[in-house]
Amino acid sequence: MYRYTDQDRQLVRERVEQFRDQVRRRLSGALSEEEFKPLRLMNGLYLQLHAYMLRVAIPYGTLSSLQLRKLAHIARRYDKGYGHFTTRQNLQFNWPTLEDTPDILAELAEVDMHAIQTSGNCIRNVTADHFAGAAAGEIEDPRIWCEIIRQWSTLHPEFSFLPRKFKIAVSATEQDRAALRVHDIGVKLRRDDTGAIGFEVMVGGGQGRTPVLAKTIRPFLPAERLLSYLEAILRVYNLLGRRDNLYKSRIKILVDSVGPEEFTRMVEEEWRQIPHDRVDLPAEEVERIRAHFAPPRFEHLSERDPGFELYRRCDHGFARWVRANVAWHKQCGYAIASLSLKPHGGIPGDATAEQMDAVADLADRYSFGEIRVTHEQNLALVHVRRRDLYELWKALVALELATPNIGLATDIIACPGLDYCSLANARSIPVAQRISTALQNIDRLGQIGELKIKISGCINACGHHHVGHIGILGVDKKGEEFYQITLGGSADEQAALGEIIGPAFSSERVVWAVETIIDTYLKLRVPEERFLDTYRRLGLNPFKETLYAAH
Amino acid sequence: MPLIDYAGRVLDDPWRFLADDEALPERGPIAVSLARWRAERKTLLRHDGPLGLALKGHESAEHAAGDLEQFGLITLEFPKFTDGRAYSTARLLRERHGYAGELRAVGAVLRDQLQFLKRCGFDSFVLADEVALGEIARALKEITVVYQHAADGPRWTAERSLGDHAGPGDSAISKAYRAN
Repeated sequence: MYRYTDQDRQLVRERVEQFRDQVRRRLSGALSEEEFKPLRLMNGLYLQLHAYMLRVAIPYGTLSSLQLRKLAHIARRYDKGYGHFTTRQNLQFNWPTLEDTPDILAELAEVDMHAIQTSGNCIRNVTADHFAGAAAGEIEDPRIWCEIIRQWSTLHPEFSFLPRKFKIAVSATEQDRAALRVHDIGVKLRRDDTGAIGFEVMVGGGQGRTPVLAKTIRPFLPAERLLSYLEAILRVYNLLGRRDNLYKSRIKILVDSVGPEEFTRMVEEEWRQIPHDRVDLPAEEVERIRAHFAPPRFEHLSERDPGFELYRRCDHGFARWVRANVAWHKQCGYAIASLSLKPHGGIPGDATAEQMDAVADLADRYSFGEIRVTHEQNLALVHVRRRDLYELWKALVALELATPNIGLATDIIACPGLDYCSLANARSIPVAQRISTALQNIDRLGQIGELKIKISGCINACGHHHVGHIGILGVDKKGEEFYQITLGGSADEQAALGEIIGPAFSSERVVWAVETIIDTYLKLRVPEERFLDTYRRLGLNPFKETLYAAH
Repeated sequence: MPLIDYAGRVLDDPWRFLADDEALPERGPIAVSLARWRAERKTLLRHDGPLGLALKGHESAEHAAGDLEQFGLITLEFPKFTDGRAYSTARLLRERHGYAGELRAVGAVLRDQLQFLKRCGFDSFVLADEVALGEIARALKEITVVYQHAADGPRWTAERSLGDHAGPGDSAISKAYRAN
């Protein structure tokens, strides 16, 4: 993974001192809250319902064990002993005080971390495929380009006061684990006919109250031109994006209003006029960054490990975990192990300080000291020898991080909702907890198969409900929490937005509604058919009929 | 708040900003709106003294691109400090259109924007609020590492220490590499 240079470190430290001074000026009254707000937001500090919330950047979801231990320490010392991993691969502390935040940022800087641009109308922390560097079929490690984007976008003088927030995601495989189509910009590494690497560039995706899937505006951009092309897109947006209406200010609205062809023309025109060689990195600088992502020293192992095979045959629980939570690794004899942060009945994405410390130890022992955060709010150790999987599993069971439900119905994404968030209309976490309690029978989960349930507590869609196979949106109806259900959304390479099934359900009825949808699917599916495919084959109607039959 | 340059010096402002219906003075530096420049271009070109142009937040660099050599001053307005269009306009004026005169930030300009403004090519500003001069000097030194090309020259990471940009092709690049 990327290691900071002295200059990287210097910037982060200077940023801490800059923020310390901004906090001092806020506390002294020299800065009004209105003036302070965009400044604190650009350092990831929100004011929530009950307290400040600090969102720490985990660039492209990669953490070292040292960094994870530091997060555990901060959780203990400055917070209530836990943190919350988010759909942007970040970590949120829910209870820091304003006065403590400069010290927290200073502690983060000690391990080359920060909270820069985790909020605010700027280029946000860049996200990536969480299996980067381990996934089969990868063109190259997408994090090379994420780090290049991270550096370029950090304190960008031109793009720090955009019309609205701006999210960029990078992926390098055909399978899309980074939800490219619902980002302001999604770039996918690919090769052209000559074998040269480049990007498919998608622009104008997003969720919120106007969900849109990004459109491809360039099928192939030479990789070395990434930054100048991003600069062109961002400049067009900065100059022409709407600033008069918060809800119409994302780039998706601009792309839609001028039309994708015209938008593409404007970007290409702008890009042609940018002196590429000044903006794009020289090859040697790309190589310097690329070298940081060289694969770890894998051992030469055979694909089959007798011990692993034996345990898988004898230990039913282990076998189940392997089936759900372990993915293929491109290196022979290795595997990718996902650590579920979705214990049945628990809070999606939360991890205690003790769990963080223990995962850091496991990463050191089994996975080259590296941890990944997934946008589905889980963790992963991506370079585990197959022969170590059984021991790892036993350790994870003891830590309650081995729920065998990755990609299954109880692997629910949920935003913080009305329990924390000042924007929310309804609670998300308790709904997720109730659904996951109701569906916790492991055998049944396996029967149901892949099913992504995503819950947002308001139309801002932080819980990605638009792209949930079953999406749940909390709405406020005359002071009461109701939940609107959408079906058929998907954030992968066949991205789709969910369709609203009908009138919203009360908080009491929403779990019943989800179970009814699942029962309907189980009745209607053909063998081996995933929920999403049954939905795509049959549409909303059969689900609507069973859901609203009684009314 | 007085006019300040990026050395943190208070400047006497020689420029007179004319309202659109205000009579032209006989001589001396004057600045006018884009609307007035377009309407009275010929008359203004005969004016005995330097000309300046005051662009509003929504007016782009292209609006003035053909006439830039006429102006000794261009002011870009920040209608709100969260409105970042003028950063792009400034870079385009400097880097694409080759504007070499004074570029001044006016309107909702706050201390915490000063470094960004400087990097985008502004060389003077009028702050919206009273700020001690010492504070301004401090604001200009807060961050010394830059990661990206902008109007102030440095190209990329290895060249990224502010105040140390010798421009493209500099051998400091390879030196910085070896140091890593």
